Amino acid sequence: MWEYTEKVKDHFLNPRNVGVIVDYDGIGEVGSLACGDALKLTFKLDQNHKINDAKFQTFGCASAIASSSALTEMIKGLSLEDAEKITNEDIADYLGGLPNEKMHCSVMGKDALHKAISHYRGEPEKQTEGRIVCECFGVTDLEIKQAVLENHLTTVEEVTNYTKAGGGCGNCHEKIQDIIDSISHTPSLVPIQPVIMTNLQKIRMIEETLEREIKPALKKDGGDIELVDVDKNTVYVKLKGNCASCSASQVTLKHYVETKLREFVKNDLVVEEVKS
Amino acid sequence: MTLVYLDNNATTRVAREVLDAMLPYFSDHYGNPSSMHTFGGRVGREIETARERVANLLGATPREIIFTSCGTESDNTAIWSALRSNPGKKHVITSRVEHPAIKNLCEHLSKNGYRVSYVPVDQNGELDIEFLKDQLSDDTALVSIMWANNETGVIFPVEEIAELVKKKGIVFHTDAVQAVGKIPMDLSRIPVDMLSLSGHKIHAPKGIGVLYVRKGTKFSPFLIGGHQEKGRRGGTENAASMVGLGIAADLARDHLKEMNTTVKRLRDKLEEALVRQIPNTLVNGKGANRLPNTLSIDFEFIEGESILLMLNELNICASSGSACTSGSLEPSHVLRAMGVPFTAAHGSIRFSLSTRTTEDEINFVIEKMPPIIDRLRALSPFWNQTRDPSHDLSR
Repeated sequence: MWEYTEKVKDHFLNPRNVGVIVDYDGIGEVGSLACGDALKLTFKLDQNHKINDAKFQTFGCASAIASSSALTEMIKGLSLEDAEKITNEDIADYLGGLPNEKMHCSVMGKDALHKAISHYRGEPEKQTEGRIVCECFGVTDLEIKQAVLENHLTTVEEVTNYTKAGGGCGNCHEKIQDIIDSISHTPSLVPIQPVIMTNLQKIRMIEETLEREIKPALKKDGGDIELVDVDKNTVYVKLKGNCASCSASQVTLKHYVETKLREFVKNDLVVEEVKS
Repeated sequence: MTLVYLDNNATTRVAREVLDAMLPYFSDHYGNPSSMHTFGGRVGREIETARERVANLLGATPREIIFTSCGTESDNTAIWSALRSNPGKKHVITSRVEHPAIKNLCEHLSKNGYRVSYVPVDQNGELDIEFLKDQLSDDTALVSIMWANNETGVIFPVEEIAELVKKKGIVFHTDAVQAVGKIPMDLSRIPVDMLSLSGHKIHAPKGIGVLYVRKGTKFSPFLIGGHQEKGRRGGTENAASMVGLGIAADLARDHLKEMNTTVKRLRDKLEEALVRQIPNTLVNGKGANRLPNTLSIDFEFIEGESILLMLNELNICASSGSACTSGSLEPSHVLRAMGVPFTAAHGSIRFSLSTRTTEDEINFVIEKMPPIIDRLRALSPFWNQTRDPSHDLSR
């Protein structure tokens, strides 16, 4: 059950300004049926070029409906210049906050408003700029960048909450992380890797890593590991003790050893297990 | 406002008889069944009675019943046991519509050296048996196919699958969490090797489950510890819940007929009325053999969470396969596997009845649903487009 504020519930159960203004001055449509939410926003200006009326139609969850309803209330009486300044945070704040997973609903409101204002001004329909990063929801790198900058996002999960990118198959998580890294000033820790490594250096580093990082962890569970050989990038190891008899954990173990060796020695190492 | 509980596939109310049978095990009979004293020993005897009761429900023998903590533990135990018992084999077959207890474990396996084949389903939610047949190989360690789907209620032909799989000498497990107590099953007749069930779906408490393991099936425990459950599942017995599950198993047997007559009639009434009164609805698995208590129905052009919250205002409990309710952004993997169109999948609602469901409750829901759907569709841009094809947005 989502924890919605009273204000979200109120705007969901008693939405304000539902419908379409037939002789609208501006119209903005975002989202799609496939995405699971969509919003159509129309507004009408008065003689002073302030928003006189605004109406919405929304397909989506309670927070999408509430965000749309809130937005129409917020922009009434504003000049387009002032309306344009409304951020998705403002919409969420107006509602007393939204669950993290639902922040994309407020982003949808902001996007529809910007689209409607562009439409009124006769600005050409913005082509989807940038390159699609999330195929499932059609989110581009520019959109992700913008969300990261505006909302100070630091993790892939946060990006998903705000833009939906990465919320489907998950194949784009790495690309999203790259975008976050390219924006933040502290790049994520990159393992230190000597560019050129002699075979001897490599073997020594593998041995050190096994001793320092891997063996202590295995020994806790009554297991052990022995380095048998290194051939180019393939590391041959033999599992001993409990590890050797526990067939189910072997796959995990191989993965674990490989991850550690790649982290501390060289990122293209492959671990092969030698059966005794 | 009285509660109308139509979410019995999520969990059920503990039956009065079950609770009454359980309470003394907290207050008076709190001994440890493993203890040497009579005080503890008598608890052990009651656990054995409960085991017999569960065995009777399944057409099994008591020795084949292992008590666990939940359906998920039973599923995990079954899969790991089959893999450990067949160390050379690296292939698993399951369906695309399994419960997360199987689905996520299989995804984990596929990242860790195993090959997993996912048997597809058709638009009715029915399994592609030919695909399954083609996948069986010498490398297959296990086939795990649910007996009935939790979201749609579609029943899979477990008997046919079990026979197919056993002919090849491969281990067959079925997650029967939703099927037990709703349809008859007789494991003395159907060659299932392992079967999972969960107490809280059949009016026993949460925190108790069972893994049935056919006599002669190689078994490797998941929880390693004491000698409890004949060394097949360590951990001091959850005596009260085991006793409760025994009573619940008896009740389930007694209610099986009612489930397939009275409950089915109420489900059919609800289904028929909603489809008749509300345009653009779709019943998931309509053409398939389904559990008698489950109705999975899609309302086009609106979103499931909104429907649930409107129902919630009326104290009606149901659930949804829509994206927004689960915290994920995509509608349920079950509906997607069936190819339910997005227009409908986002607006899916599951009503699941029990033998406690009354005609008045169903009438109440039949009365309240149409205005809820109307209200939300009035908000939906897509519905208005559908209604008014002349509406021109291109201006």
